[in-house]
Amino acid sequence: MPERTIIDARGSFCPGPLMELIARLKYGKVGEEFEVLSSDKGSANDIPEWLHKVGHEFLGTREEAGVWHIALRKTK
Amino acid sequence: MKILIVGGGMGGTILSNNLARRLAAEIRSRKVQITMLTASEKHMYQPGLLYLALGRMTPDELYRDQAGLLEPGIDLQVDPVETFELDQNQVKTKGGKTHAYDILVIATGSRPAPEVIPGLAENAEQFYTEQGALKMFRSLQAFQGGRVVIAMGVPHKCPMAPLEITFMLHDYFKDRGIRDKVQLHYTYPVGRVHSLEPVAKWAQPEFDRLGITYETLFNMKEVDGKNHVVKSEEGGEAKYDLLITIPVHKGMEVIEKNKLGQGGFIPTNKTKLTMEGHPNVYVIGDTTNIPISKAGSTAHYQAETLGENIAAIVKLGQPVREHDGKVFCFIECGKDRATYAMFNYTNPPDPKPPTRAMHWFKMAYNKLYWTSARGLL
Repeated sequence: MPERTIIDARGSFCPGPLMELIARLKYGKVGEEFEVLSSDKGSANDIPEWLHKVGHEFLGTREEAGVWHIALRKTK
Repeated sequence: MKILIVGGGMGGTILSNNLARRLAAEIRSRKVQITMLTASEKHMYQPGLLYLALGRMTPDELYRDQAGLLEPGIDLQVDPVETFELDQNQVKTKGGKTHAYDILVIATGSRPAPEVIPGLAENAEQFYTEQGALKMFRSLQAFQGGRVVIAMGVPHKCPMAPLEITFMLHDYFKDRGIRDKVQLHYTYPVGRVHSLEPVAKWAQPEFDRLGITYETLFNMKEVDGKNHVVKSEEGGEAKYDLLITIPVHKGMEVIEKNKLGQGGFIPTNKTKLTMEGHPNVYVIGDTTNIPISKAGSTAHYQAETLGENIAAIVKLGQPVREHDGKVFCFIECGKDRATYAMFNYTNPPDPKPPTRAMHWFKMAYNKLYWTSARGLL
């Protein structure tokens, strides 16, 4: 599995995990994998919804001890 | 001990004054030296730009002399840093000086970067510089009706600004008697009208009540100025007669040039406020990459924590507390009502219905800021 860039957005109420991802993806390379850590369970829906709409690849979500890990690949 | 503070914005100024008071005896006895390196002899109250764009403040109200805001004993030098040599515990300035330090604080802030979105800088109004806010004011005064689109980049400074400018524009056009000739259309990058869910739950029905249309999951991709259309990464298009943007922000160029952090934002421990890998280098305000609001309030509370900790390092040999991520943001909800959001890393905000009293508190704070910068409030 390729090394993933971690975006630790735990405790980020504002601007929030999705906004952190949007900001950080700008500096990523096409094909690069990211994993967002969020303490907001809403991220498990918000982030895949946005990825689908923009066209980046959603790789999966898992929850561990109240932290949601959302994995993705930048495709463009 | 040499404490070097790079940046004379809100965070750097509050911290310097906080430290100068806590360490007054040590400064007098020359055990401690506090030096501030900054790029300007003037200090700007940046939140005032929102009011400048709407004709509610004038440029002279935004500025004070930096020297007049600082406690005696702080060595102010208007000579910006060009090179950070962190492995040698020193920086070099534009004026050719080398400053060694025992503790370095980087508080250089962020800057609007509309050029990142093709067509945006040439075709949109923004209120994140004095020049931009004055230009926006003139454009608004000349505007007689049509579709106003509000669009934002990520990340941006002051997450409440998108809502504030939208509500304030509603009242602005209403006062001019042309609200019925103006369609206000608000766009937002995530799937609700504000990143804070409780704020979004309050703001959306307010938009409905005021006849403000909105579109979510809209991240600006490019602006077609010829056809007056802003296009989104998600495939959306919004036609405009007047485009107002909250531009994407980047950290300062000196941070990028010195390769201290991607986009000019320095990797920072969110509770210690130390730069990753450099325990004697602290970062506060917009300069950090901490996933928290880029706002004066954030810098203010970080500066207070850091002031306490650096003073404790001098006096006790170690810091005394971790930063809790506190933020307090006013939210202007038009020309005469406001509310606020207060939260930290563990407690979400619980915004209350807007009141006139909170608006007047904000108006008072616009003046009280100068006591805040001095570290008195």
